[in-house]
Amino acid sequence: MRKGGQWWAWLTFFLGMGYFIIPLIATFEFSLRMKRGEYSFEAYRVVFASSQFQQTFSYSVVAAIFTILLGVLVVVPTAYWVRLRVPHLRPLVEFITLLPLVIPAIVIVFGYIRMYGTNSWLPFLSSTMGTNVLLVIGYAVLALPYMYRAVDTGLRTIDVRTLTEAAQIMGAGWTTIISRVILPNVLIAVLSGAFLTFAIVLGEFTMASLLNRPAFGPYMQNLGANRAYEPAALAIIAFLLTWGCMTAIQFLARYAPKSSNRPN
Amino acid sequence: MTDSAVSSAPVKSRSIRLPTQWLGLAPFFLFALLFLVLPTMYLIIGAFQTRDGAFTFENIAKLFTTPTIRQSYWISMKISFWSAMLGALAGFAIAAAIVRGGLPEWVRASTLTFSGVASNFAGVPLAFAFLATLGRLGLVTIILRDLFGFNLYSTGFNLLSSWGLIAVYLYFQIPLMIVIITPALDGLKKEWGEAAATLGATTWQFWRMVVIPVLLPSFLGTLVLLFANAFGAIATAYAFTGSSLNIVPISLYAQIRGDVLNDPNLGYALAFGMIVITGLANVFYIWFRTRSERWLK
Repeated sequence: MRKGGQWWAWLTFFLGMGYFIIPLIATFEFSLRMKRGEYSFEAYRVVFASSQFQQTFSYSVVAAIFTILLGVLVVVPTAYWVRLRVPHLRPLVEFITLLPLVIPAIVIVFGYIRMYGTNSWLPFLSSTMGTNVLLVIGYAVLALPYMYRAVDTGLRTIDVRTLTEAAQIMGAGWTTIISRVILPNVLIAVLSGAFLTFAIVLGEFTMASLLNRPAFGPYMQNLGANRAYEPAALAIIAFLLTWGCMTAIQFLARYAPKSSNRPN
Repeated sequence: MTDSAVSSAPVKSRSIRLPTQWLGLAPFFLFALLFLVLPTMYLIIGAFQTRDGAFTFENIAKLFTTPTIRQSYWISMKISFWSAMLGALAGFAIAAAIVRGGLPEWVRASTLTFSGVASNFAGVPLAFAFLATLGRLGLVTIILRDLFGFNLYSTGFNLLSSWGLIAVYLYFQIPLMIVIITPALDGLKKEWGEAAATLGATTWQFWRMVVIPVLLPSFLGTLVLLFANAFGAIATAYAFTGSSLNIVPISLYAQIRGDVLNDPNLGYALAFGMIVITGLANVFYIWFRTRSERWLK
């Protein structure tokens, strides 16, 4: 292999780069064209100033935060318990956590709508609050594969058994062990799962739209159907947000321990 | 159950520990059952029922006999297949370039970082980006027209078509392929290349007889994963073309919104068909992955 790389490698790289960079440049250029005859950030100003943007964006941020909390609550004790006590159930648990990648989101939410309607035994959809809760639950299901894998990777790097025994000797109960011993030790892993969840939830369209909740995804879709320049500005904003979440994950990965001193 | 455990002394400690072991997973199983398994089962069972609740294959048969539904499955599969195939080939080429092309380290690092972002940049904003690029007033359209005198839209080009959607889907399919296949390419041992060279193999022979057979299961596995990925996606397509493009997720969306098929059980069958296809794709994925682990650990 020559020093500067082979010509075919550079060619492939630049072709790929063209396909990925040109839409970003074009979208940015388009988003600046709102005022006739000059480039301006008018589209961004209009988007940020609109009350609908502010409301739907904060709705999705709040939904994302609750999703992360619910995800941590479900995943951390489960992954911990699987590692500590029931390793033989790992394939089953992993299989279940991967199901949301197999069953499309639209099918899952379709099931919710039919199962948890106003006349059902668990009428989530009969009130606004209930629907919000169901949306957060749905998001937690969508995030399950990513959250579980992140936490499980984090648990691999700590000595779960010794930490548990040490905490038990000092008289700690299960809740204390999980919240004050295990969770702080896998915090970096949990946070990287959290950022990915955040990126997924923020722009999610299908579930929010079918449950009729005023989230950011349906707002963007609606704006796209009615406006010209604002959607381009939104696309750039969304891309930067995704970039921010991914950078945060990479940044965290640098500080995460790579392996435990004593393998489990 | 506890009574029998107490009466038989030798198994006592085990029988008492068993329930608590399961208990630790009870919240998770309950969560998964209520919000993942049961809602899906509800639809699957509904797909095999008449309106009165009797068992029937009628709904499944209608998926094949109703022209619009059959067509929507066909278009969906076509879009998913081509976006997966082109995405996998292009992604593999780029991954091969950054892993084996002798490019500087920063090229590899920035490509992988960008791929991580772009594979998650899907949904509504992605559709906007392509409309702003190749729409009637998009930058690329204007540059082609003003600088090269080439009017894209007079050639019958239509962005809001199957092929337009495939081009858009590639924006997350290619990066996903890069992210998944790069570790597999890294797994190719240096010794294999040296051994092949010692035996007098040309580069082409090395690729044909070592690299391609070793990587084929990973490649095919990722291919079906990309297929499932595109098949279940709706947000991009919906923001892109509205309800004009007849693909399965959009038909299902319309059905959930307002029972456009005028037959709830046919709607369940539509969802069931999606589960079967994405489920099959994942079975193949797992099968290919176990095959690829034989050489690449």
